[in-house]
Amino acid sequence: MPENNFSDPDKQSLVPHLISLFLTLAAFWLINSGHYTLLILSLGLTSIALVLYIAHRMDVVDHESQPLLIPLRIPRYHLWLIKEIILANISVVKHIWLGNKTISPVLTTIKAHQKTDMGKVIYANSITLTPGTVAVDVVGDQITVHALLRQNIEDLQAGEMDRRVCRLEN
Amino acid sequence: MDTIVSMASALCLLLGSFLCLSGGVGILRFPDFYTRMHAVGVTDTLAAAMILIGLMLQNPEGLVMLKLLLILLMTIFISPVASHALAKAAFKNDLVPLSDSNENKGGTESSIS
Repeated sequence: MPENNFSDPDKQSLVPHLISLFLTLAAFWLINSGHYTLLILSLGLTSIALVLYIAHRMDVVDHESQPLLIPLRIPRYHLWLIKEIILANISVVKHIWLGNKTISPVLTTIKAHQKTDMGKVIYANSITLTPGTVAVDVVGDQITVHALLRQNIEDLQAGEMDRRVCRLEN
Repeated sequence: MDTIVSMASALCLLLGSFLCLSGGVGILRFPDFYTRMHAVGVTDTLAAAMILIGLMLQNPEGLVMLKLLLILLMTIFISPVASHALAKAAFKNDLVPLSDSNENKGGTESSIS
């Protein structure tokens, strides 16, 4: 059992993550079940306890699998991202109907300024989620991006999304 | 009130269907693998969201809406991962994307090797 060696600082920071995982799983279970009799609820509680135990044994309960602070800051980012996704969708649909003469596909690398892996994942996923740009590869802090239009790349290089993801981190 | 909600639902479903259709046309029309992937992005994001929101408005109170919301969330988390895996697989296997200067913008696959 490796967690016995340097247990104290690890264990203390583990409990909030376990509680957060418990609440997430409970909400997920309640929404998916819809039956609220005592038997079914206790079965749900048992399965949640089992999942918590297995996750703990697998040593995957940490700040990466169960971030505590990001959910508080992320709604604002999501609103901005939804706006961007809608705008990007309109642009891509326009170019689908206008035809191949109007597109200018590019492949370049751009720099991600996030400090944590989590931040880079959020940034790369946001790039992929926005139609017209796909993150092809991430090496260190360089993200290879394929874009449908040269304009998309220029927008990314202007760096508004990069800055907004950075603000989520700290 | 009921008419407004069902009309909004119908509008969302119609818009979602149009976006799905556009995504399909894009897949057929665009010249190479990477550009086709952008067309799929439309179907993945706004089209799926519009159809799911349209379905949510069919039953605005109750558990069904929460479940549809969960489906939407899962789609939003999973689809970029799938797109990225596909793009990365293509890139690692040396599928060179068409560039802007390339004249070949026809509908056929361009083999560069």
